[in-house]
Amino acid sequence: MKPAVGAAIDRVDARAKVTGQAVYAAETPVAGVAHAVIVGATIAHGRVRSINTREARALPGVLAVLTPDSAPRLPPAESNPKNPGDKILQLLQDDKVWYTDQPIAVVVAETLERAQHAAAAVVATYDSTPPVAEMRAVIGEAFDPIELGPNGKAVTTRGNLDVGLAAAVTKLTQTYTTPVESHNPMEPHATIAVWQGETKLTLYDATQGIFGVRNKIAKLFGLEPTDVRVINHYVGGGFGCKGTPWSHVGLAALAAKAVNRPVKLVLTRPQMFSLVGHRPETLQTITLGADANARLTVIRHDVISETSRFDQFAEPSAVATRHLYSCPNVVTSHKLVRIDIPTPTFTRAPGEATGTFALESALDELAYALRVDPLELRIRNHAVRDEQEDKPFSSKSILECYKQGAARFGWAKRAPDPGTMRDGDVRLGWGMASATYPAKVSPASAIARMKPDGVLLVQAGTQDIGTGTYTIMTQIAADAMGVPVEQVRFELGDTTFPETPVSGGSQTAASVGSAVKAAVTTLKAKLTPLRRSPGETWGQIVARSGQPEISFEHKTEKRSDAHAYHSHGAVFVEVRVDPDLGEIRVSKIVAAYAAGKILNPKTALSQFKGGLVWGIGLALQEHMVRDRRTSWAVTRDLADYHVPVNADVPDIDVILVDEPDPFVNALGAKGIGEIGITGIAAAIANAVYHATEKRVRALPITLDKLI
Amino acid sequence: MQPFQYLRAESADQAVKAGTHAHAQFIAGGTTLVDLMRLHVMKPAALIDITGLPLDQIEATAGGGLKIGALVSNTDLAYHPTVSAKFPALSEALLSGASPQLRNMATVGGNLLQRTRCPYFRDGTSACNKRAPGTGCAAIGGFTRPHAVLGTSAHCIATHPSDMCVALVALDAIVHTHGPRGDRAIAIADFHTVPGDHPELESVLVPGELVTAVELPASPLAARSHYRKVRDRASYAFALASAAVALELAGPDGKARTIKDARLALGGVATKPWRAKEAERALIGKPATDDTFQRAAALALDGATPHDDNAFKIELARRTIVRALQRGAS
Repeated sequence: MKPAVGAAIDRVDARAKVTGQAVYAAETPVAGVAHAVIVGATIAHGRVRSINTREARALPGVLAVLTPDSAPRLPPAESNPKNPGDKILQLLQDDKVWYTDQPIAVVVAETLERAQHAAAAVVATYDSTPPVAEMRAVIGEAFDPIELGPNGKAVTTRGNLDVGLAAAVTKLTQTYTTPVESHNPMEPHATIAVWQGETKLTLYDATQGIFGVRNKIAKLFGLEPTDVRVINHYVGGGFGCKGTPWSHVGLAALAAKAVNRPVKLVLTRPQMFSLVGHRPETLQTITLGADANARLTVIRHDVISETSRFDQFAEPSAVATRHLYSCPNVVTSHKLVRIDIPTPTFTRAPGEATGTFALESALDELAYALRVDPLELRIRNHAVRDEQEDKPFSSKSILECYKQGAARFGWAKRAPDPGTMRDGDVRLGWGMASATYPAKVSPASAIARMKPDGVLLVQAGTQDIGTGTYTIMTQIAADAMGVPVEQVRFELGDTTFPETPVSGGSQTAASVGSAVKAAVTTLKAKLTPLRRSPGETWGQIVARSGQPEISFEHKTEKRSDAHAYHSHGAVFVEVRVDPDLGEIRVSKIVAAYAAGKILNPKTALSQFKGGLVWGIGLALQEHMVRDRRTSWAVTRDLADYHVPVNADVPDIDVILVDEPDPFVNALGAKGIGEIGITGIAAAIANAVYHATEKRVRALPITLDKLI
Repeated sequence: MQPFQYLRAESADQAVKAGTHAHAQFIAGGTTLVDLMRLHVMKPAALIDITGLPLDQIEATAGGGLKIGALVSNTDLAYHPTVSAKFPALSEALLSGASPQLRNMATVGGNLLQRTRCPYFRDGTSACNKRAPGTGCAAIGGFTRPHAVLGTSAHCIATHPSDMCVALVALDAIVHTHGPRGDRAIAIADFHTVPGDHPELESVLVPGELVTAVELPASPLAARSHYRKVRDRASYAFALASAAVALELAGPDGKARTIKDARLALGGVATKPWRAKEAERALIGKPATDDTFQRAAALALDGATPHDDNAFKIELARRTIVRALQRGAS
């Protein structure tokens, strides 16, 4: 039988999704459900002085209006400032206002329309203090974050800066900025809260991490984690903003308690810009120095990003800089600035997306200064080992990515001087950059159940955030059992299933896949000796046993830290720029990735291409604007907040570079959900420079920056 | 959304009668109105559905022009063979707007009365003289990248969002209405109003007055008309600057020909679909050269008033005009 792993099979849930059979959190049928709508603050900093709910409460169908005065009290709960996944939530427990659109009331009604109507009738007054809306206004107040959550230390030093600067014959220092960005997946956040008595709670929640939601809500409501069940079978995109529970989840549970009925709370599109995190603005200063052979002698990468007044999230933009190139003297630092905004959070390749824009732009600038081809500069500074960790890479095939990507793109035909490639009046620009993302893995569990009818049912708590988890777990289980994929059913999205990590950090395939493989492999080993004849099927063995099933649950251990584990890639881009109007069109992308074993080329290509499309948005379009006076989110819908549309996206040519890796995990697979958005923004910016001789260091590169 | 009454009009007279009541709104495609009702920006007490009226035909006029019913969809108009052949700027403008789904729903009459995309108007909360007269203008001093540089006042700088209307101005379209005081025909350039002291008023329509048709007169300019839109992405975005041109050239092909007559209208930069009359005068009688185009473009932006974030629009609009004229003349 041909192995299922590695085959480009269709998504097992594709038919359910395109026929509308897949039930997303907000669509879950729950008898007697009431509808909740959040009323948001219209100031960014101050206190709620009064909330008049009389008119709203008198409207037909209104069940309750929760305010800081009337909302049920919660036991005091601390969040862990070292864990950016454990956010401080705004649950109507006091009258403080920290950011605009912050929940100050929740209206619950019989129908959504009645709740919305009543929410518009709630009138609040405030004691308001002028807010600080922009990081640059208070940049002098930057402070050291506690740490970078999963990325460890905020500051690292390798070697000696002065030694590195002294050894350089060519040096540059430049500052790069990336704007506030909003994730805005198509599916808005949604929670249905159903209490069973006082102490048992079920949540149908659109989330990337059901166990994180369970634990946080249990803590907030003083419950045991096992008393909270979180269910979520499909996610309509997450990108980090569904990685951790936000205020609306707690508010749904609070509202359900208050009206003693199940309550559904779905965020509006404008609320998606304020209530569920964002990619923070970054200001990054990079110093590079190189010797006469174009070998890096020094890298310094200092990052400042914004956070809220009440919580910490630091965009770890300089983390990739620690590992990507060979250089004896490397210093990285991260600082935070507090302003009157909601707390930022993880956004697809947090750190790497924004950081590689700065680093790979700076390298491009260095290449011109050295008069060395940008690709050649990267090859000369290739790091054989992870010099920060002083460890070998488990595998690293970036040189092969450079080679295959450059060949497919035709990089050798690039004119070295900027502003010299033309197609008629249109300026052409070719740019490239390295891509990188860590190959993370966390302990995970799965249970494999052989049924008498021969169906292999595999369950793990995990989530499918659109990446293809259902499909690849089915493939892994099929191969481990030696049965066709049609005989396997994989179930996920329920905290009563074995525990798994958050679907973030591109770790689900590796983490859950390893657990699935181990559980099924062991189950097979358990069933094999029970076989009475070579022709007996697994199902027949179970049927004969008289048991409803024979199962095995496996939990994986923490991975050895003997190696450094990273995916790599190389991105090559062509842009076409109208010299008068400044219109930029990305006309060609070739990207080569080495990410270990590719479990399913079809779903993998979607991940890589989706990341690259996000990169076009990061480079050219995405910019969440706040009013500089009020901190109010000015971009509140997908007409004003631009992401690429089909017409912005050229044919994307993705090369999957073969990369065996015996160390990274049992599957040899590295996560691929995020690497696609790394490097690409710099590759586009570098191509724009090559076309126009204009170096834009502030994203997004909109046409007004070119005319 | 606020509760409202709903009436399905059986005749234009019935629609007009119902429409004269305070806080009544006509609804056709609903692509602007329903959106704004859901945002609590528009709170009509009554909706008068006019989609049952017989206003969905495109007819040739005796003079060789076209009469377009107010309920013709943007899609049907854009792909109408006479429009794309004889009035190309209109097809181009329509197809550069919105998305196919929206164009299928949106009507000609509705497009004429599109509301601004000013975020401070749409947020339902900020000070806005257009949404809540007398409250002020939060856009001034705020984020003004999308805002107008022409036709602004101290009370409003909101940009008119329509592409179609800009082309209609260059094509000398006539708006036909049926109102409480009978029928009238209004030149498109006189149809929209600048904000002045009354940003809440956006057209010369009186309460209850119903747009029934838009007429495109036969014109020696129309065949050589062109619409150029510049925006922040390749599709599905409002204009940062746009220009509709219509030219009548004299003299033989090949060398620079003389501009016998010209129309020039701007979008994305003005509070109403903007006719640049001075610039037109600077084109007429001149050779169709880049020098002529640049002089006209400079005149078109004379008196433009930038705010914090939109000064670039002045230069962008000039260049857009030049590009549209080059293309129109070629």
